[in-house]
Order: sequence, then structure tokens, then C-alpha cells
Amino acid sequence: MQVGLLHYLVVSALLFCLGLYGVLTRRNTVAILMGIELMLNAANINLVAFNKYVAPGALSGQIFALVVITLAAAEAGVGLALVMAAYRNLETVHVDEINIMKW
Amino acid sequence: MGELAAFIILSAITLVSAAVVVTSGNIVRSGLSLVPTLLGVAGLYVLLQAEFVAGIQVLIYVGAITVLILFVIMLTQGGTGVRVRQTTGQLPAGMLTSAVLAALLIAVFRGTVWPSLAGTLPQYTAGPIGATFLTSAILVFLVASFVLLVALMGAIIIARRER
Amino acid sequence: MRELAWLIPLFPFAAFGLIVAFGRRLPGQGAYVAVGSLAIAAVLSLGIFAEMLTGAGPLDHNVRWMVLGSLPLDLGVQVDPLTTVMLLVVTVVGSMIFIYSIGYMHGDPRYPRFFAYLSLFAGSMLLLVLANNLLFLYVGWELVGLCSYLLIGFWFERPAAARASMKAFVTTRVGDFFMFLGLLLVFFHLGTFRFEEIFTKVSGGALSGTVGGLPLVSLAAVLLFGGAVGKSAQFPLHTWLPDAMEGPTPVSALIHAATMVAAGVYMVARTYTLFLASPGWAALEVVAYIGGITALMAATMGVVQDDIKRVLAYSTISQLGLMMMGLGAGGYTAGMFHLMTHAFFKALLFLGAGSVIHAMHTNDIKAMGGLARSMPATYWSFLVGALALSGVFPFAGFWSKDEILAEALHRSPVLFALGALTSFLTAFYMFRVVFYTFAGTPCGHHPHESPPVMTRPLWVLAAFSAVVGLVGAPLPGGSPFHHFLHLEGVEAVPFDAGLALISLGIAGAGILAAAAVYHWRVVPSQSLRRAAGPLYGLVVHKYYVDELYAVLFVRPTVAAARYLRTFDVYVVDMLVNLFGYLGVGLARLYRVFDLYVVDGIVNLLGWVVKAMGSTFRYVQTGRAQNYLLAIALGVIVLWVAGLVR
Repeated sequence: MQVGLLHYLVVSALLFCLGLYGVLTRRNTVAILMGIELMLNAANINLVAFNKYVAPGALSGQIFALVVITLAAAEAGVGLALVMAAYRNLETVHVDEINIMKW
Repeated sequence: MGELAAFIILSAITLVSAAVVVTSGNIVRSGLSLVPTLLGVAGLYVLLQAEFVAGIQVLIYVGAITVLILFVIMLTQGGTGVRVRQTTGQLPAGMLTSAVLAALLIAVFRGTVWPSLAGTLPQYTAGPIGATFLTSAILVFLVASFVLLVALMGAIIIARRER
Repeated sequence: MRELAWLIPLFPFAAFGLIVAFGRRLPGQGAYVAVGSLAIAAVLSLGIFAEMLTGAGPLDHNVRWMVLGSLPLDLGVQVDPLTTVMLLVVTVVGSMIFIYSIGYMHGDPRYPRFFAYLSLFAGSMLLLVLANNLLFLYVGWELVGLCSYLLIGFWFERPAAARASMKAFVTTRVGDFFMFLGLLLVFFHLGTFRFEEIFTKVSGGALSGTVGGLPLVSLAAVLLFGGAVGKSAQFPLHTWLPDAMEGPTPVSALIHAATMVAAGVYMVARTYTLFLASPGWAALEVVAYIGGITALMAATMGVVQDDIKRVLAYSTISQLGLMMMGLGAGGYTAGMFHLMTHAFFKALLFLGAGSVIHAMHTNDIKAMGGLARSMPATYWSFLVGALALSGVFPFAGFWSKDEILAEALHRSPVLFALGALTSFLTAFYMFRVVFYTFAGTPCGHHPHESPPVMTRPLWVLAAFSAVVGLVGAPLPGGSPFHHFLHLEGVEAVPFDAGLALISLGIAGAGILAAAAVYHWRVVPSQSLRRAAGPLYGLVVHKYYVDELYAVLFVRPTVAAARYLRTFDVYVVDMLVNLFGYLGVGLARLYRVFDLYVVDGIVNLLGWVVKAMGSTFRYVQTGRAQNYLLAIALGVIVLWVAGLVR
């Protein structure tokens, strides 16, 4: 059996949903960031898979995947910096405890 | 056959360790489980003939982001080794939502007929990618670089201890 | 001077206004204002009198007030000999009474109010006298009635006084009702209220029609006379006057002498032409006989009274009856002459009686005695008054009463008999009072003479009572009074010395009889009483007129009022209450509606908004994860919806 586009898409969908699950259910900000990384990876798999199976004549998918990786790195940097700042000020990294601006 | 076996093994590694990432009660274990996940994804890139992307994946994700995450875990209370509740109250809802969404996605993927354009991928993609980045995708390249620069500066400013 | 006549009533009216407004702050607590205003009026009246004496003609000031359709209503004053005589009587006698009141009412808690009423009374009477038309006369007439009500009931704390004032008012209203009918009759047939025009038209043959077999002019005259019957206390409306004695004595004097009761006689004299026009003098006949009957009845009742003021009250009724009889018998001048003289000596008698009461604190003549020594001023002036009233030569009453008797004899022997009998009884009861009060043994009490402010008016009035009759004496060239006041077409009966002697004899007989019974006690009064038997009972019960009225009018009225009250209480009030309850019930219902429906809706809206707010507040958790979950769910929903569609 040939490995086809659908297989990659299914894997990416599952990975995306795992990431989403993580984002939705974790208290720890760092864990939420991890979930976001998983979702970004799932998107990247899609991009690269489409590049190969749908438009092999161009490298747009891979280029986009690279841009996404770059942005993911930036996002991770800024996000983790925010976590550090929040932790320094509030002594917690749990999102349900960071609520000083809530009513 | 070899390709299918490799795909199944890589997918399994990716998904299983990703599941550990999102479910583990120990945040350090989650962070460490990120490594096989990202490596599995890198393997999938290789299978998809995107060895440059795979290399970058390993370098940036496995090498940089994971380490960064682990550092943050160490610097915050995650490094104290104290085990605390890691999930919010919306665990069941999140689980259900994710499951339904996954089912929907898969159903839609299966129901969709994907076009297939002509052309082949080059033998080695690093060169052409570089050429494309400096020619037709130069704008994307510059914008991404700029965003990266701004993000670095922002991260430094945000994370810097207030005086 | 005559042009200023319209000012005369204004002075007392102004005094009334001033006293009502300022009361005790005025000089003499308002008394001086009242006396002063009436004194000015008296001076003006004297001036007018002097002018009239010197031959000035009558004067008629008229101002058109308004026009009803084609019928004009006028305001106006009229000055002629009749008016002048009345003005003099009212202002001079009134002034004396006012001055006397200063002493008599001293210390009364409503002292200023008393003088306010007195002023209004005098002003109303002057207005009545000066009016040149029936309407104006009627206004004064009713004002006089109102004042009598106020003054008789002046001591309204006493139930008897309150009842008496009401009785006076209601009884005179009965007469006024007839008078008003007569007024309307005249007005709608002749189209005018002015005396002059009425007389011209009546003389010209207007009102010559008949209604129901009665000549219109007689009807009008008799209806007008009905007013006089009420006001001048003629039979059968005489019952109010004795009860009116409940008022302060100066008020009695004013009512009896100068103002209230004189109004009726004056009115008859004023509209005398109308009476004369009645075919066969029918209206005058009525006047004469009513007057005669009244005179005799009242005189008999006066004989049995023990209350000094009541004796005088019946005497007044009796004398008014004589005046009416005189007028009715054709003695225009005689009636007015007696009105004038009577005003003086009756005021004198009342004020004297007031002085006695003031000293004795009782009205009962049987409880008095021997006052001649302790109260000489009162005694002598009262004696003058009594002699004048009895008709003893040369006092005022002699001349005027003689004239009336002459007129009566000239007209009909029956009238003369009534008059003669009345004269006898008058002398009898007056000296009964004199002997009871002033003669005999003094009672244990030591009374004091009244203060000068009270005795001086007595002297003045006594002087008038003594001499004023002389103006009607048959001097050479005719009586001056007759010369001054007479009506064209009415011939006065000439003086008859024989008749005068008879009249004097009757008076003397009355006095002697009284002396025999009450002074020398030749015939004890008890035996007289026994001898009279049922007649005495009849008289003492005032001929049962009051009882008759009680049975005929008062009780049915009261019973009807009771029934109506029951009707009012149980039906009208019930209905009103029912509507009230209905209203309240509806309001309650509406309140419930308001409370539970309107308020409910409002509260429900508020509650819904609040509930939604507090519900959706939890949506706005501030947690990005919740939002993300919602986004994911939204995506699913939208996607599923898209797929299903």
C-alpha cells in the first residue's frame, strides 16, 4: 500500500487535535505553549505534504513551512518571555491564577 | 513497503509522544516528550522529501525551542518538582471538542478529492529553497526575518528583570 | 343738602366695614366710630329736613344700573317728606340707642361686633328708606332682616336666643315671600321698579285687569302688604317679635322703634298709591282689619305678661297694629305720625326697661318694686314714655293715637271699637308695669342708677316723647306735621275735640284700672284672673298661635326633615358611600393590578436583564482557554451546519 496524501493529512489532523486538546485543558502556560507548537507542527506537515502530493512543481509548501518554523520560534521566544515576566510578578504560571484583571 | 513501515513507525512515535506531551501530569516529562514528537515530525518531512525542512525542524525545534521550554520550566515552579494539578476544569469539554474536531477533519479529508499538479520535486531541496527565498519569496524571507528580529528584541525586553 | 342724601346710608356701612376690619383697635372699640357715623347721618338728615321745611321740593336721583331685555333696573335715592321723616326717626332714635349701647354692652366679649351689626342695621334701614324703587327697597329690607337675625341671636350661646333669631328670620321670610311675589307682579306688569313710574302708571289705569276674579292692583297691594305683615309683626306673623326679646335690650329698642318693624309700615306708606288704587279700597280694608285685630290681640297678651320686655314687645305689636289700622283707614298722615311718635317713646321705654334690667339682672316685673327711689332718672323717663304710650295729653302718643282713632271712626265703628279697646288695654298694661316695677315696696336688692351714658339718651328721648306730638297738634292753620307730610287725594279727618276727650278718657280709665288693681289693690289680680277664666288661659297662651304653627307647620316640617334626613342618611349617603367604596375597591383592584402586573412586568424585565447579565457574566471569564473552547465549538457547529446544509 502506497503512503498517500490522506495518511499525512490524518496524522496532521490527529496531531492538531492533540495540540488543541493540550491548549484547551492545560493550566500551565508552558504546557499550553507546547500544545501550540504541536498545532503548528501539524500545519507544517500539511504544508509539506501538499507540496509533495498536490503541487510538486514548486517549493511553496516547504518555504511556508520554514516561515512557520521561524514564526514558531519567535512565538516561543516571546511567549516564554511573557511566562517569565508573569511568573516574576505573580509567582505562578497557571492561567487560572493569573486573574488580577478579572472582575 | 519500507516507506509505509517508516510512515507508520514515525507517525506512531509522533502521535504517542504528542499524547504524552498533552496528558502528562509532570511538566518536565511533557517537555521532554516534545523531543520525540518533533523528531518524528522531522522524520515525516524526510519521508516527504523535505530534508532541508527536516533539518531546520531538528535544529530549531528540537535544538532551540525545546531547550528554551525546558529552561523556562526550570526557572518557574515547574522545576521545583512539586506535582500540582495540571488540567483545567474544561478537560472533558476539551477532550470531546478535540475528538469531534478530529473526526470532522478526517471525514472531510476523506471526502475531498485533491487535485494533482504536474511537476516533480528536485532531488535536493536545500539549493532550490535558498534560491527561491532570495528570488520570488524574498518578501516573505525579509518579513519573517524582521518579525524574528522584533520578537527577539521583544522577548528580551519582556523577560528582562525590571529595575 | 338734599343732593348728599345718598351719602347717609354710606356712613353706617363704612362704620360697619371699619369695625369688622379693625375691631378693638378703633376708638372706643369701634363704638365711637358707629356712633359718630350715625351722628353724621343724623346731622345730614336734619339738614335735609330743614331744607324740606323751607319748601324745597322732592328730589329723585336715579342711575341706570342695567337693562334686562327691555326692562330697566335702576339705582337711586329719593328725598321727599316721607323719606325725611323716616330719616330723622332712624338717625335720631338710632343715635340715642347707639350711645346707650356703649353703657349697656360694656364688657361684652363681642362688643365691637355688636356695634358693627348695629351700624349695618342702621345703614340697611337708611338704604331702605332712601330707595327710589322697589328693588332697592327690597335689598334694604332683606339686609334689615339679616341684621335682625344677627342681633337677636347676638348671645347665640343661649339656645333661646339662637331659636328666637331663627324664628324671626324664618317668620319674616314667609312675609318676604309674598312681598317678592308682589314685587314681581308689579315689575312684570308695569316694567319698572321705580315708585314714581309705578304710581303714574297705576293712576293711569295700569294693573286694572283681574286675575281669578281679583283685581290685579289689589292683589299686588295685598302681596306687598304680606311683606309688611312679616316685617311689622302683624297677625298672623306676629309670633317672632316677643321671642326677639332674647336679643340685647338696645337691639330690641332698635328693632321696635326705629328700624325693623317700622320698615313694614313705611313700605305700606311708600306704596300707598297702589293701595288707594285698589277698587273700593279693598286692599286698605285688609290692612285696616289686620292692623285692628293685631292691635287688640297683642294688647290683651301684653296684659298678662310678667317679663318687662315682653310687655313692651306686645305693646309694639299692638301699636304697629294701630299704625296699620290708621293707614288702612285712610289715615296716611296719621299712621306715619304715630310711627314717628311711637319710635321715640318706644325706644325710650325699651331703653328704660334695659336700664332696669341692667340694674336688677332680671326681666320679671313681679320680682321688682320700689325702683322709683333708687333709679329716679330711669323712673321719670320711663313714666314719660308710659304716659306717651298710653296717650295722655299732651304727650306724643296722645296726638297720634287720637288721629288714628279719628280716622278709624270716620271709616268704620268696628275699627274704632278695636282701637278704643286697644287704647284702654295699652294704658292698663303700661301702668301695670309701672306699678309693679317702680312703685310698691323695694325688694331686698339695692339697685343702682345706670351710668350717665345710659341715662342721658333716656332724657333726650323723654324730651322728644313729651313734645314731639305737638308737631301734630291742631294748631291754628292746621297741624304742621300734616302740612309737611300728606298725600294728594287723601283727606285727613279734621281734629275733633270731643273725640280727643273720649280718647283721653279711655287712657285715663286704663291707668285708673291698673292703679286699682296693682297699686291700691282694690281688686286683687288673682280674682280678676279667676273671673276671666278660660279667656285668661287663652290670652296667657298667646291665643295658641305658636302651638297652632307648631302643629301646622313646624312639626310637619321637622317630621319631613327627619324623613328626608333618614332618606339622606340611608339612601343618598349610602349611594355616595357606595360610589366611594366602589372607587376605593376599584383603586384597590387597580393597585393589585399595578403591584402585580405593571410592577411585575417592569420587575420581570429588570430581573431578566439582571439574570442574563449574571448568567452571561460567567461567559466573560477572562480566560483565553474558555474563549478558545468556544471558538472550537463554534467552528464545529458552523462546519456541521455547513455540511448538513
